[in-house]
Amino acid sequence: MISPTTSRSTSEVQYQVMWNRLISVVEEQAQALVRTAFSTSVREAGDLSAGVYDAQGRMLAQAVTGTPGHVNAMADAVAHFMRRIGRENFAPGDIYITNDPWEGTGHLHDITIVTPSYYNETFVGFFACTAHIVDIGGRGFGADANSVYEEGLYIPIMKLADRGVVDQTLMRIIRGNVREPDQLVGDVYALASCNDIGHRRLVDMMEEFELVDLAGISQFILSNSRRATLERINALTPGLAQGAMRSDGYSHPVDLKVRLTIEQDRVLCDFAGTSGLDKKGINCPMVYTKAYACYALKCAIAPEIPNNAASLAPFEIMAPENTIVNALHPAPVALRHIIGHMVPDAVYAALDQLLPGLVPAEGAGCLCNFQVSLRPRSDAPAPPHAQRAEVLTFNSGGSGARPSLDGMNATAFPSGVMTMPVEATEQVGPVLIWRKELRPDSGGAGRHRGGLGQYMEVGAQEGYEFDIQAMFDRVNHPANGRQGGSSGGATTIALDDGTAMQGKGKQFVPHGKKVMMAFPGGGGYGPASERPTADILKDLAGGYITAEAAEKIYGLAPQQIADILARAKNGEAF
Amino acid sequence: MQKQSVRLGVDIGGTFTDVVLERSDDLFSTKVLTTYSAPEEAIVEGMARVCAQAQIDPAQITQIIHGTTLATNALIERRGAKTALITTEGFRDVIEMRTESRFEQYDLNLTLLPPLLPRNFRYTLKERMQADGQVLKPINRAEIESLVNEIKQAGFESIAVGFLHSYVNDAHERLVADVVGEHMPGAMLSLSCEVSPQMREYERFNTTIANAYIKPLMKTYLDRLKGRLNGEGAVCPIFLMHSGGGIISLQNAAEFPVRLVESGPAGGAVFAAHIAARHRLDKVLSFDMGGTTAKICLIKDQTPKTARGFEVARSYRFKKGSGMPISIPVIDMVEIGAGGGSLAHVDSLRQIRVGPESAGSEPGPACYDRGGTRPAVTDADLVLGRLDPNNFAGGRITLNPEASSAALATHLGDTLDMESQTAAFGLCEVVDENMANAARVHAVENGENLSDYTMIAFGGAAPLHAGRLCEKLGISRLLVPTGAGVGSAIGFLRAPFSFEATRSQFMRLTDFRSDLATDLLGDLTQEATAFVSSCDAQAEIEAQYKVYMRYSGQGWEIPVPFDAALAQSPDAARFEALFEREYQTLFGRSVAGMDIEITVWSVNAATTAEAAQPLPPQPATQRLKAAHSRSLFDAASGQMTRAAQWRRAQMAIGAELDGPAVIEEEETTIIVPKSRCARAMSDGCIELTVRSTEKGAAQ
Repeated sequence: MISPTTSRSTSEVQYQVMWNRLISVVEEQAQALVRTAFSTSVREAGDLSAGVYDAQGRMLAQAVTGTPGHVNAMADAVAHFMRRIGRENFAPGDIYITNDPWEGTGHLHDITIVTPSYYNETFVGFFACTAHIVDIGGRGFGADANSVYEEGLYIPIMKLADRGVVDQTLMRIIRGNVREPDQLVGDVYALASCNDIGHRRLVDMMEEFELVDLAGISQFILSNSRRATLERINALTPGLAQGAMRSDGYSHPVDLKVRLTIEQDRVLCDFAGTSGLDKKGINCPMVYTKAYACYALKCAIAPEIPNNAASLAPFEIMAPENTIVNALHPAPVALRHIIGHMVPDAVYAALDQLLPGLVPAEGAGCLCNFQVSLRPRSDAPAPPHAQRAEVLTFNSGGSGARPSLDGMNATAFPSGVMTMPVEATEQVGPVLIWRKELRPDSGGAGRHRGGLGQYMEVGAQEGYEFDIQAMFDRVNHPANGRQGGSSGGATTIALDDGTAMQGKGKQFVPHGKKVMMAFPGGGGYGPASERPTADILKDLAGGYITAEAAEKIYGLAPQQIADILARAKNGEAF
Repeated sequence: MQKQSVRLGVDIGGTFTDVVLERSDDLFSTKVLTTYSAPEEAIVEGMARVCAQAQIDPAQITQIIHGTTLATNALIERRGAKTALITTEGFRDVIEMRTESRFEQYDLNLTLLPPLLPRNFRYTLKERMQADGQVLKPINRAEIESLVNEIKQAGFESIAVGFLHSYVNDAHERLVADVVGEHMPGAMLSLSCEVSPQMREYERFNTTIANAYIKPLMKTYLDRLKGRLNGEGAVCPIFLMHSGGGIISLQNAAEFPVRLVESGPAGGAVFAAHIAARHRLDKVLSFDMGGTTAKICLIKDQTPKTARGFEVARSYRFKKGSGMPISIPVIDMVEIGAGGGSLAHVDSLRQIRVGPESAGSEPGPACYDRGGTRPAVTDADLVLGRLDPNNFAGGRITLNPEASSAALATHLGDTLDMESQTAAFGLCEVVDENMANAARVHAVENGENLSDYTMIAFGGAAPLHAGRLCEKLGISRLLVPTGAGVGSAIGFLRAPFSFEATRSQFMRLTDFRSDLATDLLGDLTQEATAFVSSCDAQAEIEAQYKVYMRYSGQGWEIPVPFDAALAQSPDAARFEALFEREYQTLFGRSVAGMDIEITVWSVNAATTAEAAQPLPPQPATQRLKAAHSRSLFDAASGQMTRAAQWRRAQMAIGAELDGPAVIEEEETTIIVPKSRCARAMSDGCIELTVRSTEKGAAQ
């Protein structure tokens, strides 16, 4: 249909329709994965990606899912597959696989599947998708490994299926090395079939528009995206700024240092000066650092331009080898999100100096996830039918206050994953969530208040004890405010009898005890003295701040506080 | 002697209140502007008009069926009652914490929809159920009494109660109801175990709160309506359309008003399902496009697809997650911000974007000449020759094509270096593609392939775009029924009495308990049937059974319908076989070696639908030769063509004509693309099919 006789602007309309279609195709590809995956992190939390690529391996469209962590990683991964497998070895019916942290998406728990697409027997491009799977063997999901070898099974880039025939040797190796083989195999098939769904829709589109390859549409998407992204970058005042932030780390505090340069046609982000590797598995491969740095910059500079090879290219991210943001093999990397989720706050520390009034204060940063491994009590006879169970939960602290808005309470940023309903979690295993509620006073004070963190209290049903694998940061380094705003509340964790616990690592919880956790709030923006009184009164009436904070931080008179609290109790809305 | 059946259908929409009166085969309809302050006034006015048309007295009406957007609007505009929530200690903020995610990943200035109740309206009590229904922490009656008194003092009009795991054990919620009954007699109360007994606390609590929040308003309205209609002499029973596509009594509607949300669009789906039944069509895509939104629904075996919940009040470009969840049985519809008034602009990628922002009726599209300067879908339709400027809305509004061209040039063409007409083509292609994508995704999510579907199009803007949509979706047959402008109100008259009861109850097939399943299905059947027999004690009631199943470890359940025999003697092996068949249909393969579980059980009781009258015989086809023609842009070929111009009223039954053509009627215009031909059917539907010369080559 797009022939030389079609007028230029008519074909432009058709290309635009095709671009919309490709975005819809990858969203559908991602949806299919959400619906068929077994892994909790995929189906409940949205920790997955899906994308379509041209024959040169350039990403044309990517589904917007719960995780920016796959943004660039996905864009880069297909090139690795092309190099490792070799174009001459591609065939219809092939499916490729890897979980290489450095050539995939940052840790062994992410499986990436790439499928070449053929149309009328001609190779035209690829579909790729990635999902975070429950278990890959090794020590289990956690930061405790000393090297990647302990973190589980490694699958180099290879063919999962050769001309439609699945490699049964590989499948047996996978089955023999993981704790939940049926689930993992189910997830691998779910990944493969979601690529199939994308492929079928691509074929429909090529038939409808009478395309023979993707060269024309690829050129249209990439050139428009490049131009639009450069327009955004070139509208900014060139400059250079340094930013830094400190977080808990595992064995020692971690400094992230950023040197940000806005130039003609590109934004450079250099992590020179950042701390070295940690002994434990919170190190971050470069792909994952790039993803979050790029995500942070795109949110601030070019939020509405879809992700593809061209819209990502002008954001150049670099870091010295074997800093914690560019960990090389064989560093342990299972919990690379703990550092990766802090990257945007570090980038914003620099960007705020170049583009004031645009970026938020620091927020909770990394997700407040924990896994509990429940088993029959060992200190006394357990109930006869008690069984072991693993329960992983995703939770969020508060986000940083914005230049003109409060931070969001208990809302993930930069990650976009969802929490699971408590009722669903308690159906998975004998865990009991006694409390999951906002945490007053944890939002950093300011003209705009940081988002509130949350309280969680976790125990087990009668007859069970458990280990908790903690994956928390901001115990010693709460989220800083910006432009005179105060810090948010720090993470705390202890047993209900007061016994102190660590923010990271596997820890035992005896029968009958609960873990009491308070997750961090976001930093405030601007001085607290400039907060409008109406907002303070609303916070007080709703219990987002306590009477004490209203008096000490925001300077309300005790009489006024008493009056507001009485009115709130009397059913007045603020 | 049996009284002659005279039924009145009333649909209160955002702009118009549609009233239809049906007496045997005669149908009378009218549109009255919605009277926001007292919606019943428009109904009375409309009733008077159709009664005059039919030359009857309101006293002769035997049944009134009503659907309304009032419940939806009260939630969107936050005009509900002062409502208190009583919940489990430790879970005060469930409705505020939502899923803890952001519905738009790249917007640093995202604002979340505020919860329905401020934090100081949310109270907690010490109590706790375990996931299996065991009491972990008993509730204390004295504490309930003290809290209820506090709530009474604070002057709340309505109370919602939502405790964790109450879908398994409702004892604590019931006890609170007792105490409220004692200390606040007559208080409006909504229990989560009654309103929405399903697992997932955010959805259940929010649904219960929404019910409580609109209950006083809806009860007052329904009482007033009954009084007002009685006053006009209409003393017949009044029933309400619910979101699941059936009708319930006024009393039940007042008790569970959240079930009225989205009842208007549900009526549209029922309307389409009825036409599907008359035409004996098993696979239908209904397409309803009005001024601001388009709604798409799959109708299989003449029954609209249903779901367990949906989202209302989307606050951000109709984006998933930006509204609030309501989990009640509902007709599963995709709604997108695409209507005749949807406005277009060019974004930073030099792409044309359309909607969801709408010009509404004031100022309206640029061509209305009422001060609108930005191009809307209607402007593009006009420039492409699809609308006759002198014959819009029955000639009541004269359209100005120059204003449309200017708006298209200023806002699209100048930026993109396109002529107005190409810009109009681009605009229409984008909006049609948006709708087509939504339909495709919806079909794929349900394991359906649209190429063997028939489309039924209604609503003012649908017939203008349906032909192109069919081309895009590879749908070869399209029906445009008569009465398309008041489709929802007609749908109300076709709906059965029905009520769907659902309950969450986990059961693994390896651990299947036939006795428990039998009891559960028995209870649900009784509950659903009781609702229906309260509307019509005599009618024959049919129960439809459904479970939601998944592989253990998955988070997404799929609906698995089953028959009465299996409901009588539930059996794990048969459930397994049914599940695997459905799973394969949806996802292409089943997974060996995994446990399977049932999560939700559902029974829908409904009166048996009146058998659809078969289509009158179709007379021989008569080819029409065009007397008039005009310029029309053909989207598939991307160029202007000469199109025959017809009035729908002039097309006798059996008349047939080839595209490109334009068929005009009072409320809308049917565009017949070059690839299609049109035929007037014996029931008045206009049918568009692929032209014989195009067959094989088409799509």
